[in-house]
Amino acid sequence: MKAVKYLSIILVTFVIIAGIAIPMVPEPQSLFEFPIIPGLEDKARNIFFHVPVAWTSVLGFLVALYYGFKYLRTKNLDYDIQSVSSAGLGMMFCLLATVTGSIWAKFNWGSFWNWDPRETSIFILLLIYGAYFALRSALGSDEARARLSAVYAILAGLTAPFFIFIMPRIVGGLHPGAKGDTSGSTPVAQLHMPPNMRFVFFVSLIGFSLLFIWLLNVRIRAARVEHQLSIKDH
Amino acid sequence: MNFIVSTWAIVVKDVRSELRTRYALNALLMFVVTSVATILFALRDDELSPEILSGMFWVVIFFTAMSGLSRIFVSEEERGTTLTLQLVASPSVVYFGKLLFNSGLTLILSSAVTVLYVVVFPAFVIKSPLIFGFTVFLGSLGFASAATIIAAVIAKANTKGTLYPVLSFPILIPLLMTVMKSTARALDGELFTAALGEFQILVSYLLVMTAGSYLLFDYVWKE
Amino acid sequence: MESGGHSMNRVTITAHDVAKDFNRRQIFRDISFSLSLPSSLAITGKNGAGKSTLSKILAGLIGSTRGSITYTLNDKQVGIEKFKHSIGFVSPYLNLYDEFTALENLQLLSRIRATTQQNEGRMKDLLSLVNLWQRRDDLVGTFSSGMKQRLKYAFALLHNPNVLILDEPTSSLDEEGIEFVQRIVRQQKEEGVLIVATNDKEEAGWCAKEIHVGMPER
Repeated sequence: MKAVKYLSIILVTFVIIAGIAIPMVPEPQSLFEFPIIPGLEDKARNIFFHVPVAWTSVLGFLVALYYGFKYLRTKNLDYDIQSVSSAGLGMMFCLLATVTGSIWAKFNWGSFWNWDPRETSIFILLLIYGAYFALRSALGSDEARARLSAVYAILAGLTAPFFIFIMPRIVGGLHPGAKGDTSGSTPVAQLHMPPNMRFVFFVSLIGFSLLFIWLLNVRIRAARVEHQLSIKDH
Repeated sequence: MNFIVSTWAIVVKDVRSELRTRYALNALLMFVVTSVATILFALRDDELSPEILSGMFWVVIFFTAMSGLSRIFVSEEERGTTLTLQLVASPSVVYFGKLLFNSGLTLILSSAVTVLYVVVFPAFVIKSPLIFGFTVFLGSLGFASAATIIAAVIAKANTKGTLYPVLSFPILIPLLMTVMKSTARALDGELFTAALGEFQILVSYLLVMTAGSYLLFDYVWKE
Repeated sequence: MESGGHSMNRVTITAHDVAKDFNRRQIFRDISFSLSLPSSLAITGKNGAGKSTLSKILAGLIGSTRGSITYTLNDKQVGIEKFKHSIGFVSPYLNLYDEFTALENLQLLSRIRATTQQNEGRMKDLLSLVNLWQRRDDLVGTFSSGMKQRLKYAFALLHNPNVLILDEPTSSLDEEGIEFVQRIVRQQKEEGVLIVATNDKEEAGWCAKEIHVGMPER
């Protein structure tokens, strides 16, 4: 886990420096120049931060779902600790993705919220996280909390495929890549970037994923200690 | 064979209980009337587009259903009859019995809302009855399948009433978006084939939700 | 009720190291025993020691955290969904429907069970046994707690269960009620399996074996 921790710090630091410091020029000549994308300009840099954060919020949900499933299989409450820790982190990243996306939308599309398919998807994910935690706080015993929140996460997961089919039918897309490109209006992104931008972008995806794994590990260990202490207190 | 007999016996029990206590039905129908009246007060003289009307149509159904469909499990839990039912029937029998009851209730509810809308909104003219009929029928069944499993979940929680719409809404969004779209098509008088895509989504939503609920119900029902 | 008699199934219930946690705290652990017919077992222990919980686990209404219960019917191991129909259960946690009459409760519940034919004769016998035949068409909601407890016995015995589980068997019953419970108990432990969860020394004395639940004091 130490390796994950340092690697994530290094990669995210690299992304912050590279993503902000590399100049944008009309006709990039070297590796250390990004092209100017008309209409986006410097606002394009948000892709290095916003998209990986959004991806991590989805990852948090998937991991919570996986451990919830394992809890139902084994009735081992440690899986619930892992599940809820992941959901908590996922929700934090989901809020970050919503905020970074919303600020960006204000400058690029003119308003903070536009109900574009991907905005709608992240909003629904936020609702699911909110409902998940509301349910947990309304349940009396640790066992019921673990069991029913796992069931709810799975039910919510079952609806995910529908969004991919429904969104493009119902609402038009605004996200980059959406115009004249039908695949762009699904909640899943399609990216057209020069190789050096793509490199920074993928480093960022990996960096944020590792950051998530490290944070998750810290949270799980903290939660385990907390439960040990609460048992001793009785 | 026993499975069908038992499942039907649960439906019969719940229908008789409902007819005797009127726990859900009266409250549901009053809720429909009051919410439609509220919309009328707000939009008295406005010209309403099919999109807005179809949205409003499902908003009323959503909130009404959220006020009543949870009774089916909450009443068992509150009166301590959950264990009795567990003792005489397997989880899948209970699930399908309750699902059938809630499906029936949702169909009655959406029919009532339809009649009321046709009467009070001059702009609510169903130009494609076939699209409308399929949408309301499939939509109600899909709605009931998601609402039933969530009702079973919240029956175990402390704050049942407020939690129900909070948990149901994210699960129901794909369904709501689809039925709103195809209801608007029905009001616009589009051809039946135009709404086939929506019907596919509604049928698969119904199947996925029912199958998922069936598999998960054991975990919800049995502590 | 003698007219019904027990269908002569051979049944066994075996508990293997059963443990139950609640809020991560062990309520009890290492409960093991085996019962075959005829036999009787008393479950004793303090308030909150898990007597009701263990009786619910045995009736298959809740799961155990660790360990397992196995059931056999005529020497074949069966799952709880099949074995359920051989169990009669009386418990304070198990209520009947207030909005139905005594007779309707028995009819509706036996129809849901769907394993045996509707037997109006047996319902009459049982309701007479628990002294509720005169009140059969009154809503259960109007019953006193003692009458509700009597009706629970009629419901528990309706399908001739081989296994009868009684949690707090005489709660809210009057002397006459206690008498018929004792009669039922006497017959059940001779012909079937009887499990009684109780605090009462005398009630525990009805049974041949006794098991004490609860965690040791710390």
